[in-house]
Amino acid sequence: MTSPTKEETVFNVENLNLWYGNTHALKNINMDIARNQVTAIIGPSGCGKSTFIKTLNRMVEMVPSVNISGTINYHGQGIFESKYMVEELRTRVGMVFQKPNPFPKSIYENVAYGPRIHGIKKKQDLDAIVEKSLKGAAIWDEVKDRLDENAYGLSGGQQQRICIARCLAIEPDVILMDEPTSALDPISTLKVEELVRELKKDYTIVIVTHNMQQAARISDRTAFFLNGEVIEMSDTDKLFSTPEDKRTEDYITGRFG
Amino acid sequence: MSSKTVREMIEENKSSKTNFRGVTEKVMPKFLLLCAIISVLTTFGIVFTLIFETFNFFSKVSFLEFITSPDWYPMHSNASFGIRPLILGTLTIAAIAILVALPLGLAAAIFLSEYASDRMRRIVKPVLEVLAGVPTIVYGFFALTFVTPLLQNIIPGLSIYNALSPGIVVGVMIIPMIASLSEDAMSAVPNAIREGAYAMGATKFEVAIKVVFPAALSGIIASIVLAISRAIGETMIVTVAGGANPTSAIDITNAIQTMTAYIVQISLGDAGYGTTAYYSIYAVGMTLFVFTLIMNLAAYFISRKFREVY
Ligand SMILES: Nc1ncnc2c1ncn2[C@@H]1O[C@H](COP(=O)(O)OP(=O)(O)OP(=O)(O)O)[C@@H](O)[C@H]1O
Ligand SMILES: [Mg+2]
Repeated sequence: MTSPTKEETVFNVENLNLWYGNTHALKNINMDIARNQVTAIIGPSGCGKSTFIKTLNRMVEMVPSVNISGTINYHGQGIFESKYMVEELRTRVGMVFQKPNPFPKSIYENVAYGPRIHGIKKKQDLDAIVEKSLKGAAIWDEVKDRLDENAYGLSGGQQQRICIARCLAIEPDVILMDEPTSALDPISTLKVEELVRELKKDYTIVIVTHNMQQAARISDRTAFFLNGEVIEMSDTDKLFSTPEDKRTEDYITGRFG
Repeated sequence: MSSKTVREMIEENKSSKTNFRGVTEKVMPKFLLLCAIISVLTTFGIVFTLIFETFNFFSKVSFLEFITSPDWYPMHSNASFGIRPLILGTLTIAAIAILVALPLGLAAAIFLSEYASDRMRRIVKPVLEVLAGVPTIVYGFFALTFVTPLLQNIIPGLSIYNALSPGIVVGVMIIPMIASLSEDAMSAVPNAIREGAYAMGATKFEVAIKVVFPAALSGIIASIVLAISRAIGETMIVTVAGGANPTSAIDITNAIQTMTAYIVQISLGDAGYGTTAYYSIYAVGMTLFVFTLIMNLAAYFISRKFREVY
């Protein structure tokens, strides 16, 4: 593992609080997310994992009742500052959702959508991007002969990898994944996990998971959330072998949650 | 609670009501079947009359004349029964109407589905539906007494009866239909799909136009086809404001006659019972029926395809 001192910080979260109406969903979160690492977020249901990663690309603001205080710096730039364009942030910070949500379009159009809306129009450029992205998402061989078919004709695991390809197509810097394998069978899950390990070379990944083995297998650092707070965050090996907090230990050994 | 178990209570109720339930179960399906049969029979009755009287008409006038003759002079001493002017009148109205209703209806649908707050949608949707329920005779006089004079200020040569004014008003009449049905189709697009696009840095407009709109396209097309069918069948507006001038010259500033308006004219007693002109309304009605049937079938098949998309 790379030594922590040399790491470049991608996200720096300071005193982040978030309310849904009166529900205090995130409480005083402080966290650094390092470049080219996989950061796993674990914790019991309802503890604020999804809310947290949706805050990183400001998707959480689509809920009308949301209130946020604190700062999140992305490469030193405050993402809540009024001059910062939310579309710009989301171009750099991609997201893969829990349930595969391809567009009801062809496989090709799904992947080409992002580049298209960001102004790339030439067929040969798009062809190259689509191929590269599908290869990057380890699904090229499975779909290369059926790029014109509707993405909804694929299996759930394939759809999820199409969604990952769609996300890769605009070459983001960070990829947020909210339980990307929870709707998948074990084999598709393994494929996505392998993919995450592969993608780490080029991307920074934040992944929410309910599966502790998965967190242990694929992540470099792990944060344990409970009731909207970060209880403990450290290197994954350390968090799972010698947790500092009693509550972390209880959770990872399955004594509650 | 009583000391009886739930099971005991169910058993008790069952035995006391056995007869009643049994009878209901026997009678209800028969009653429902009867209702279904009545509505189907009525429809067949109407279609049968239409076909029967149409044959009557074609025993007097050749089918070839009906479809090829350029003139519709049913009451002339030298009568001519060419349907073309009536079809052209009808299509002119439908074309003007759709030109008006399509952009406005779709813009309203996109606004309602993608931009309006829940509260606004809850207010606007019922209003649209009420608007769709205004009797068309009201629209007719609105066209004749308000829109036509207004248009005459802009277009000096516009005659008092013309195609433009009722065309526009028929368009206004079908806006709610397009807006409401298209909004339904767009709202049916799952939110997860929108989120997928937002998460890639798409703007609201890009999500609406490039994701939601195409995803709802078949539903939207179905709503448009239904609206066209409604415009073709529209009667009162064109009767009141369109005039009674069956012509093959397409001139929207002049009086025209649609198929529906012709049927009204004859039904009002312009032609005596048993005359050829009298029977001609069935042939015209049949033509109209074929047109709207095709439209409705098209809408049906398009919206069926729609269900398979996601
Ligand atoms: N749209 C919303 N409106 C109001 N409250 C919400 C909303 N979304 C989440 N919450 C609340 O915020 C808290 C955190 O929810 P969140 O979805 O982030 O949990 P989670 O850790 O992702 O849970 P899970 O593991 O079940 O996905 C919960 O108490 C939840 O009820
Ligand atoms: Mg969640």
